[in-house]
Amino acid sequence: MAKVLVVTSGKGGVGKTTSTAALGAGLAQTGKKVVVVDFDVGLRNLDLIMGAERRVVYDLINVVQGDAKLSQALIRDKRLETLTLLPASQTRDKDALSSEGVARVMEELREKFDWVICDSPAGIERGAQLAMYHADTAVVVTNPEISSVRDSDRIIGLLDSKTARAEKGDRVDKHLLLTRYDPARAKRGEMLKTEDILEILSIPLLGIIPESQDVLRASNLGAPVTLADPACPPARAYTDAVRRLLGEKLAMAVPGDKKGLFNKLFGRRVA
Amino acid sequence: MAVVLMPDQPLVEWMAQLDAQIARSPRFFDGRPVVLDLEGLAGAEAGFLALIDDLAARAIRIIGIENADEAALGPLLPRLPPVLSGGRTVGLPVLVPGDPPPPPEPEPPPEREPPALVLDRPVRSGQSVAFTGGDVTVIGSVASGSEVIAGGSIHVYGTLRGRAIAGLLGSGLGGVPARIFCRRLEAELLAIDGVYKTADEMDPALQGRAVQVWLDGDQIAIAALD
Repeated sequence: MAKVLVVTSGKGGVGKTTSTAALGAGLAQTGKKVVVVDFDVGLRNLDLIMGAERRVVYDLINVVQGDAKLSQALIRDKRLETLTLLPASQTRDKDALSSEGVARVMEELREKFDWVICDSPAGIERGAQLAMYHADTAVVVTNPEISSVRDSDRIIGLLDSKTARAEKGDRVDKHLLLTRYDPARAKRGEMLKTEDILEILSIPLLGIIPESQDVLRASNLGAPVTLADPACPPARAYTDAVRRLLGEKLAMAVPGDKKGLFNKLFGRRVA
Repeated sequence: MAVVLMPDQPLVEWMAQLDAQIARSPRFFDGRPVVLDLEGLAGAEAGFLALIDDLAARAIRIIGIENADEAALGPLLPRLPPVLSGGRTVGLPVLVPGDPPPPPEPEPPPEREPPALVLDRPVRSGQSVAFTGGDVTVIGSVASGSEVIAGGSIHVYGTLRGRAIAGLLGSGLGGVPARIFCRRLEAELLAIDGVYKTADEMDPALQGRAVQVWLDGDQIAIAALD
């Protein structure tokens, strides 16, 4: 049974697209058939992060409007044959998405893939609502700062009310992914504490991704961080998040939260 | 003596003015019979039932309506309070001895809501929970940028970070004055019966503590529970 996962946040710039690419590649590495769908019509980025920007011919809008077949718009990743991209259009805007068209495309994707990962645009308007509407599972990407946390809270409210599952009286599984976590700043008390964020949002934690140059380096290369350098700290954190998404129980490695020798060892490896 | 209310378009604005009036003098409508003059709303008959429900939610007791176009009301007529004839204070029923007054429909029965609302999930930022019929209990937190509005008291078994607006019914709810209780106070605004206090005006020593909030005369009072 295919799963539709939306990567969302409300706020912009928190790491939705990076996380979509990293989680998508991570899932594809486990052998699942994965498609990552860029819903950020007009401001598409996922093609860049995936390194597929020079291969885009047709896009989501063409498929939604019936101008192209789904198979024409899908772009197979060159590194991982289980990973596919459905790009957004850069020249159109979110009004070009009709809810019936999106429903039809999602239905078709469910038949072809094990995981359909939707990269939501920022905001809470139409684009974001269409991206989340068909979701079974949501990854809420949040930075450890109050504006991001409050926006995430708003998004969780929408996931609980404005999705197909919510309308049927069912619930969307929600997971929190803390990104751009800086252990040094956390230590100095310059960021919200993980437990405070969890208390405010009260959804389970999927992973903590440390702030790292490796993420920038990977996107410059046009590769999901999990593929660019699988051994770097953010890639390992994403890989753990993927395993939790698949139901594994793993101890949460919170950079900088542990004390003593283990902390030193761990802190150095992460920072 | 009956009070005459004359709503006009746009209704939302008029309702806001009425709410402001109620906030200024919360007891104004207590136990007073109210006549609704519908002249200003000719043509908007479809919204009358909702209007009367809205007024009932504010504990305003409508005993009759005036200046309504009975033809336009059509099928709504039996569901509305009785139509009173033309302008003059034509003997409000009380004044007619001997002839048993037509029972002034004790309250246009708003379909009996349950007396309390219990939410077993957090109230998220941007959500507004309004329950004018009685108490609201939230099992979970009330987020920053959300609001809970209750006719009676508000109980939050979690952190109250948003707005809590209690006591919309005044002390109309069985004469029990409304209170707000929470396990952890970080509220943006607290209001009871139209009197409010913003976060700025709260004693910083109470931040983060379990508290109860009540109305002491016309002042919001807050005290720690632990």
